[in-house]
Amino acid sequence: MKYKNYMKIEFDSRSQNEAFARVVVAAFASQLDPTVEEIIDVKTAVSEAVTNAIIHGYEDSTGLVIVVCRIEGNEIEIIVEDSGHGIDNIEQARQPLYTSKPQLERSGMGFTVMETFMDEIEVYSELEKGTTIKMVKKFKSLNAKSKG
Amino acid sequence: MQLQYEIVDNTLIVKFDGELDHHVAEDIRTELDDTIDRRGIRNLIFDLSGMRFMDSSGIGVIIGRYKHITKLGGKVSVIHVTDQIDKIFNLAGMYRIVGKYSNKNEALNRI
Repeated sequence: MKYKNYMKIEFDSRSQNEAFARVVVAAFASQLDPTVEEIIDVKTAVSEAVTNAIIHGYEDSTGLVIVVCRIEGNEIEIIVEDSGHGIDNIEQARQPLYTSKPQLERSGMGFTVMETFMDEIEVYSELEKGTTIKMVKKFKSLNAKSKG
Repeated sequence: MQLQYEIVDNTLIVKFDGELDHHVAEDIRTELDDTIDRRGIRNLIFDLSGMRFMDSSGIGVIIGRYKHITKLGGKVSVIHVTDQIDKIFNLAGMYRIVGKYSNKNEALNRI
């Protein structure tokens, strides 16, 4: 039987909660005992997804951001969901260096970071309904451990 | 996030102590731009030895300061880059515009 665990948090779309969300997810993931590098990858990807929800999903308004984590075996699935404006063109949003908010000095690297640091990423979005980002990280260090 | 400053001639060395994300990015860029203008700074060195976390918001902060410093005819460098930050910098192609050195003296010599 694969080890399984689940958790869900929801919080206001305030920038103070970016650090809160990534620390909570890192703490949840650390029960699998991955490497420091793997944990930092997860923290960084969560920080990008939650920041996107706050800046782009809700812009100047405040709404709820939901983060769901599922552990199954050596993998963690992380879902970051907002009920904000939605993304007009997902393909364009995922392009490296593309940003709809250059005036905020956003680098346009958020999705690229998520894609690089996680093993899978899927983006679902509907205008005026919201955006859901689903990411999976496989902790490869654990495979090495169980074999060794 | 705390910033520590050291000025050598007209080069500002900024040591970050803490985490750099979207929440703190705006305060940091305002404070840095203000210091650059007020102290007659021409070159900038970011010391990342105390940076405990950085996401892509940090790239925005550095590129923004690069644009500012370039207008003044100066150079931007980064020192003590951790492995995690190095990965993000490489993704964004940062080393095409910003010099990477192991320590302060090396960066100062290369300006």
